[in-house]
Amino acid sequence: MRKSLKERLAILSDAAKYDASCASSGTTKRDSGASGGLGSTEGSGICHAYAPDGRCISLLKILLTNFCIYDCAYCVNRSSSNVERARFTPEEVVWLVLEFYRRNYIEGLFLSSGIIRSSDYTMEQLVRIARELRVTHNFRGYIHLKAIPEASPQLIEEAGLYADRLSLNIELPTDAGVARLAPEKKPSEIRRSMADLRLKIEAAGEPTLQTKRRKRFVPAGQSTQMIVGADGANDAAILGCSANLYGSYGLRRVYYSAFSPIPDSSSTLPLIKPPLMREHRLYQADWLYRFYGFGIDEITSSETDGMLDLDLDPKLSWALRHRGEFPVDINKADRERLLRVPGFGTKTVKSLLSARRFRRLRMDDLSRLGVSIKKVQAFIIVEDWSPRRLIDRPDLRQMFEPQPEQLRLL
Amino acid sequence: MRHITLRGRGDLEEWRVAARALAIAGVASEEVEWHAEAEDGGLFRHDGEMPLPASSPDAAPLTVPPAFIELANAVICHSDPARFMLLYRLLVRLQADRRLLEQPSDEDVVRARLMEKSVRRDAHKMTAFVRFKEVGSGISVNGRRKFLAWFEPDHYIVGRKASFFQRRFNDMDWIILTPKGSAGWDGKTLTIGDDSCEKPDLSDAADELWRTYYANIFNPARLKVKAMQAEMPKKYWKNLPEADLIPGLIANAESQVLAMAKREATRPLPFHERLQEAARNAPGLPVAEAGTWESLREAAATCTRCPLHGPATQTVFGEGPRDAVAVFVGEQPGDQEDLAGRPFVGPAGSVFDQALVHAGIARSTIYVTNAVKHFKYEPRGKRRIHQRPNMGEVKYCRWWLEQELELIAPKLVVAMGATAVASLADGKFRFSDIRGEALATPDGRVLFTTVHPSYLLRLPDPAKKAEETDRFLQDMLKIQRLIESISQGDSIASIAR
Repeated sequence: MRKSLKERLAILSDAAKYDASCASSGTTKRDSGASGGLGSTEGSGICHAYAPDGRCISLLKILLTNFCIYDCAYCVNRSSSNVERARFTPEEVVWLVLEFYRRNYIEGLFLSSGIIRSSDYTMEQLVRIARELRVTHNFRGYIHLKAIPEASPQLIEEAGLYADRLSLNIELPTDAGVARLAPEKKPSEIRRSMADLRLKIEAAGEPTLQTKRRKRFVPAGQSTQMIVGADGANDAAILGCSANLYGSYGLRRVYYSAFSPIPDSSSTLPLIKPPLMREHRLYQADWLYRFYGFGIDEITSSETDGMLDLDLDPKLSWALRHRGEFPVDINKADRERLLRVPGFGTKTVKSLLSARRFRRLRMDDLSRLGVSIKKVQAFIIVEDWSPRRLIDRPDLRQMFEPQPEQLRLL
Repeated sequence: MRHITLRGRGDLEEWRVAARALAIAGVASEEVEWHAEAEDGGLFRHDGEMPLPASSPDAAPLTVPPAFIELANAVICHSDPARFMLLYRLLVRLQADRRLLEQPSDEDVVRARLMEKSVRRDAHKMTAFVRFKEVGSGISVNGRRKFLAWFEPDHYIVGRKASFFQRRFNDMDWIILTPKGSAGWDGKTLTIGDDSCEKPDLSDAADELWRTYYANIFNPARLKVKAMQAEMPKKYWKNLPEADLIPGLIANAESQVLAMAKREATRPLPFHERLQEAARNAPGLPVAEAGTWESLREAAATCTRCPLHGPATQTVFGEGPRDAVAVFVGEQPGDQEDLAGRPFVGPAGSVFDQALVHAGIARSTIYVTNAVKHFKYEPRGKRRIHQRPNMGEVKYCRWWLEQELELIAPKLVVAMGATAVASLADGKFRFSDIRGEALATPDGRVLFTTVHPSYLLRLPDPAKKAEETDRFLQDMLKIQRLIESISQGDSIASIAR
């Protein structure tokens, strides 16, 4: 008997939960105020709920179908898996998006799919849903489409006209890893599609002769996802791959998804608890690379085996290995130096630079700005504080390490 | 002491009228006690309530920076009765110190910023956690669907956020009720009320689908309850249809993961075998005939002779007619060439194209390629910084260039830049010794050497740049004459040195 919509929603949202991306931000501002219709985007996204896994729910994240002709070892939907299969019609997806949106459950749609028949057939279905939403229903909310690898450039181009964001998953940091675990995927084709997308996004951003308005084409850019812990790649390899992707294809985000045990897992993969802390450290390192002026080498080169320290955040870890760079005088140092102080974020640094134009800063200025004194004190000089020899203490690292915890029996 | 009582429902205007009069009259901030009717219930008036001082026409005008208006608009929505006093103190202090707000560690500024942050957060949570329920049966008399919502904010933010809902939910009628005011939209008018509302009795059939989605998008292997509660505090839970699922989801997470681990991998269903079988029997792509340019290009696409293939997008092979008289050899593909998979399409490519036009050489008649076929770069932030290939990489890649030259058999080879010279002349010449000259090579061709167009782009000095560009154009004219004499059948020996 055919499954009900509710049963299929359960299956196809369950299948989508391994996609880490949930962002609904960074697109152009638009609303339904003047022209009617439904939906708006205001620059920053809104998280409408949080699941007990701590992750935000801002989009209806579903698969069109979890049937798939590929057999990627890490994926719950691979053809050799015995999960329950289901499929939505495009009309059902459109209906769910509009009804959920009207009740303010979501910001829009994140649509992915298993590959059925062929890449082009699958991509056509995804594009059709986006077109229906935008053109037929005048929907102005956020749409993120997963581009199907090896779909034809014409389909990707049409998808880009309707979607706010397109993503192609690189999945694993090395080509050898992909060859081993996802034999049907071709990393070189994925890179080529990303390159093509970057060229199209840039071309759409160029002013034309007829009008000053830029063409709307994937305004929230492209992103990708990498699975962490399914193959043997270390953090240096993962971050090196990210740096290449950011530099090469102008990606907005690389998402790291700690490999999660999946039901009916392939016997080639370990059934381990996902290394959530490792995932977190990778995001922190990624942040340092993009917003704090750190090179990937600086972050990973002196860590053992190219793995980030799980006990300390990468900036603190770097600072403890480069004590010669400290203490930093908060009243004198330039922005680049301030950004390297553990415990200072970009906002704090901005506030410090603004505040010190009016007076010399003291410790209580810092605490009023919400800085953790315990964290920064060894690394800074302010008007009424100098760490003296604190920075040289051999046990400085222990002061930051988490307290030892009794291991659980299970 | 003066007492001022305001209705205090998030409206800056009523505070502004009072504060303006007091400040112009020079009333110090310690001399005013502010009260909010909403918090007191408006039951009693305070002793000492006095009419506001009348403003005299010759009083100095009161001005504030725009940042203060923005700040005050948020702070006034806060439910703390101290907000009026704090804003007034800032107002008075701003008259003496215009740049007060730029001092983020000032105590009053810190307090105001915290209030502002709290209001912003509350307003943001309202956009997130309002849940509309459909009322009536679908479409109403005016052809629009009707929705109703109940929300419990901490601060007086309904008026502040109403336009957001109007911009978003334009084609439906809706009303949001809260204990701190209400907002409604009927397609024409946005109505904002500041009276306290009662919670209505609401239900919506779609909530059940939403709960299904919520329960299934959660990954039990990644339980992080604290992270969830930090962003979705419990105070909001009672009005969220999905929230009563949370305790059950948390309680069962561990056993779900264990059950998953215990379950052994099962045998795939027959459709998997059929797919694998079909994939094995699928016809492969047509392979180009061996020994042709096409087969060479195909082979080069998967080249892994040197490590440069790793970070590059693709092999950028040469292009042009197979019977071209002249082959132009550049250094290596750049950022744009790597993305497009074609040689000389980036900024250096357009300098090259302009020079060709200047010399009257049609690009469609020449073959263009590079000494090294993969882009070498260093990722830095969001950019790729071009790196010069080393001799080892040039040597590995020369194999492809030699095959290209053998297949096309040009009479003239133009080396652009030192790397191309190194590759073509195998280190026998220094670039500067042979620039602008036509040399006969042992294999019966003419080798002509000029600069790489990207060299011109990198020259910072405009005079030097003009001079070098001119020299490059002269070289191109020489090349054009060489092509012409070769086409007329002149011997290589007579053309070259």
